[in-house]
Amino acid sequence: MKILAIETSGKVCGTALLDGDTLVAEYNVQYKKTHSQSLVPMMDEIKQMVGLELGTVDAIALTKGPGSFTGIRIGAATAKGLGLALDRPLIPVPTVDAIAYNLYGTGGLVCPIMDARRSQVYTGTYEFTEAESGKTSVMRTIRPQCVISIEETVDALNELNRDVIFPGDGVPVYRDRIAEMAEFGYSFAPSHLALQRAAATAELAMQYWKESGDKCFVDADSFRPEYLRVSQAERERAEGIDTSKVVKRGKTNQ
Amino acid sequence: MLTKKDVTILAIESSCDETAAAVVVNGRDVLSDEISSQIDIHTLYGGVVPEIASRKHTERINQVVRKSMETAGKSFDDIDAIAVTCGPGLVGALLIGVSAAKALAFGTGKPLIGVHHIEGHISANFIADKTLEPPFVCLVVSGGHTNLVAVKGYGEYEILGTTRDDAAGEAFDKVARAIGLGYPGGPKIDKAAKQGNPHAIEFPRGKVADSVYDFTFSGIKSSVLNYLNERDMKHESVNVYDVAASFQQAVVDVLVSHTVAAADEYHFTKLALAGGVASNSALRAQMKEACEAKGITFYCPPPILCTDNAAMIGCAAYYEYLKGHESSFDLNAIPNLQLGDKIYE
Repeated sequence: MKILAIETSGKVCGTALLDGDTLVAEYNVQYKKTHSQSLVPMMDEIKQMVGLELGTVDAIALTKGPGSFTGIRIGAATAKGLGLALDRPLIPVPTVDAIAYNLYGTGGLVCPIMDARRSQVYTGTYEFTEAESGKTSVMRTIRPQCVISIEETVDALNELNRDVIFPGDGVPVYRDRIAEMAEFGYSFAPSHLALQRAAATAELAMQYWKESGDKCFVDADSFRPEYLRVSQAERERAEGIDTSKVVKRGKTNQ
Repeated sequence: MLTKKDVTILAIESSCDETAAAVVVNGRDVLSDEISSQIDIHTLYGGVVPEIASRKHTERINQVVRKSMETAGKSFDDIDAIAVTCGPGLVGALLIGVSAAKALAFGTGKPLIGVHHIEGHISANFIADKTLEPPFVCLVVSGGHTNLVAVKGYGEYEILGTTRDDAAGEAFDKVARAIGLGYPGGPKIDKAAKQGNPHAIEFPRGKVADSVYDFTFSGIKSSVLNYLNERDMKHESVNVYDVAASFQQAVVDVLVSHTVAAADEYHFTKLALAGGVASNSALRAQMKEACEAKGITFYCPPPILCTDNAAMIGCAAYYEYLKGHESSFDLNAIPNLQLGDKIYE
């Protein structure tokens, strides 16, 4: 099983090639260039570096969201285009799960917090089961990814009363608020584990495949990102607000 | 029968609210031209909502590309290059086509050709009339663009005039909303105007002081709004058909006079229309009439090629392909891309 992974849901643009248990290549960049400019050149560089025949790729993994709307779509459209070109399925991975998987094996809870603006975070809560000796432990979801306030997030963790590691780009935004509210032991993940990484996305996709085989596949045509939020226009329309401000411009076609 | 020299291009367009893909042979033979329009959903909001447009493009892109390949009866092995609109347009919308096209080019090993959206609109004329060749003058008018362009050769352009404020189609949308015709304004005003008197109200013909060929439509739009306000204050009723017809006449007069003047000054014997507003029946009729009076040959694509479509992108890409132009994988979506900006290696 050979998985090519795409990671564009946040600040990191990444791609990785995982062949069975071998992480053949991983390339993550957090830089001012847009993901649109970086992603395919990075994939091409891996292809050249390791002499990858694209036809040997079995599936394309990607984080399906949440995250930056534009970022998610760059990854989604790239994965879909590649799926179409190669006639291969996608393996979508929830973004928050992928970040949590960076902290494989930790004894406490993992609670990624991604800055979702509007005083909210994209978050979820996870733990790793105790591994049978010689086997890989499994990441268990305590609270699936969702969009809520940091207060609600920390309140729920106070109830669980276990040690927590916080990764995610929401940490610099909310570390003071966490310090004020937390009644449990916590720490913040270091930079190499704090944000989305293409290898974690690839490995989590591989775990899905090992557990459920082809059932984890989503065909490239019908895949849709998971934003966890409707667009501003839809939200305001539902609330009865005048939406004319969000209309970019008119258009005249017959 | 395809010969070895035939060039088959798969083209993608997603700059606004149409997800489109086409397969075009040698620039002018359109084997397929798929367009998935989102107009129904944007009509709910009275205009295009960028975030919704981007989401819809993401959902539809593969189906549209797949359908265009199936209709053309082609596989990726038959394709010589993959073309995509990379600007101007809504950046989030453009990114879907650009990302998908890059992935297709990467996955199939075919060259990638970024195309300027306006170059595509101009090129629709090459598909509509297979004998047309540059040089000619082209008026490109749509919801987002108003450009008077000297087409000197394939891929060689000089912008003679552009709008200083609203695009022509944008003015149609705003006025249509003001008189209660709704969205999209272009076709609604065109239809209403047929029942009105185009000389009932004299709206100003917008002129730009320091430029012969630039356009301004905000003045026309404002005077329509003022007219409606005055009527309202006096509790007088408004004849919507007359307002539509008179507004349309003011816009068409300016578009026709500028374009024909440019043809005169630069000695063009051919004049073409392009873009969504080129579907406007009054514009087509009056431009044709003005051309005939001057002995200028008039070209205008059918409405299906005036609207945003990918066939026109495939056509434009063909002429870039012949020049050996190719875009690299770092091609980006550029919302304010200018004609002539570097998008090739």
